[in-house]
Amino acid sequence: MHIMEGFLPWYWCAFWFAVSLPFVLYGIYLLNRLVKEHRDALPLLAVSGAFVFVLSSLKMPSVTGSCSHPTGTGLSAIMFGPFLTSVLGMIVLLYQALLLAHGGLTTLGANIFSMAIAGPVVGYWIYRGGKAIGLNTFVTVFLAAALCDLFTYVVTSLQLALAFPAETGGILASFTAFAIIFAVTQIPLAIIEGVIIALIFKYIIQSRPDILIKLNVLSQDQVKKIRELSI
Amino acid sequence: MKYTLEIITVITILVFAGIFAVQNAHIQSTLKPGEEAWSGADSSAAEIIQSNGYTPWFTPIWEPPSGEIETLFFCLQAALGSLVIGYFFGYYRGKAVRD
Repeated sequence: MHIMEGFLPWYWCAFWFAVSLPFVLYGIYLLNRLVKEHRDALPLLAVSGAFVFVLSSLKMPSVTGSCSHPTGTGLSAIMFGPFLTSVLGMIVLLYQALLLAHGGLTTLGANIFSMAIAGPVVGYWIYRGGKAIGLNTFVTVFLAAALCDLFTYVVTSLQLALAFPAETGGILASFTAFAIIFAVTQIPLAIIEGVIIALIFKYIIQSRPDILIKLNVLSQDQVKKIRELSI
Repeated sequence: MKYTLEIITVITILVFAGIFAVQNAHIQSTLKPGEEAWSGADSSAAEIIQSNGYTPWFTPIWEPPSGEIETLFFCLQAALGSLVIGYFFGYYRGKAVRD
């Protein structure tokens, strides 16, 4: 999903920076509050950030014959919401832009928006929605993480389509072309990411359910039910 | 069952690997000399953009000078992440045993 360095006209770079900045700033504010009020949740924040580090470094082959990577942002979106996730995503994107020439500084705003804001927003609301209607927790986590990953790539396709509309067919034709490259390639990877994050979530419930309850990710009843099921 | 999620995870990865193995065999047999399969989706998108006559207006400040060095930084990224994950899960587990 990385838009490469210099591959967006400057006005689009500026636009996506302007869109992403408020999310990141509010994320930094929330991070400060978390450090003061929920110190015991910090290890889980570190684990979610580390998860983005690991998963976004794994380039995997997909059915379309090209390689792509998962985003890993679903876990943090579920536990900490999209604002804090935007800060974690920015750190990873900076690392890759500076040390790997993967993505770029000019396209950082656009890449933060797709991977660390748009995807996590979708993941967060799917999780909240699933929780509200009483869907099985692990199914909800799977759906949230997989669609968080997939939507990131849909947004990347849209960003490129807006900047480079096709001569015939305009933005829609161009979006289809980019979506085939990015979003279709991503489907199997999103499924794997969803399954792995659901598994990690199980381990987190096993080790620190108290923090998840405190962060309002799970209710006391849900934890009790999951423990009784022991899957 | 105690390990349902673990089993589902392993099966998913095996299916994924199986599809790759079959597809790779097919792709390798139809590949023309000099062509390379399994390139990154990022660069495929860049190719489309450049084929329409766009030239990037900014180039990376620093690029890994070889594939090996690029791999080094990717591995470092994964290693740092794994270290943090392993540390905290180990810490929680140890604490649970002690208490």
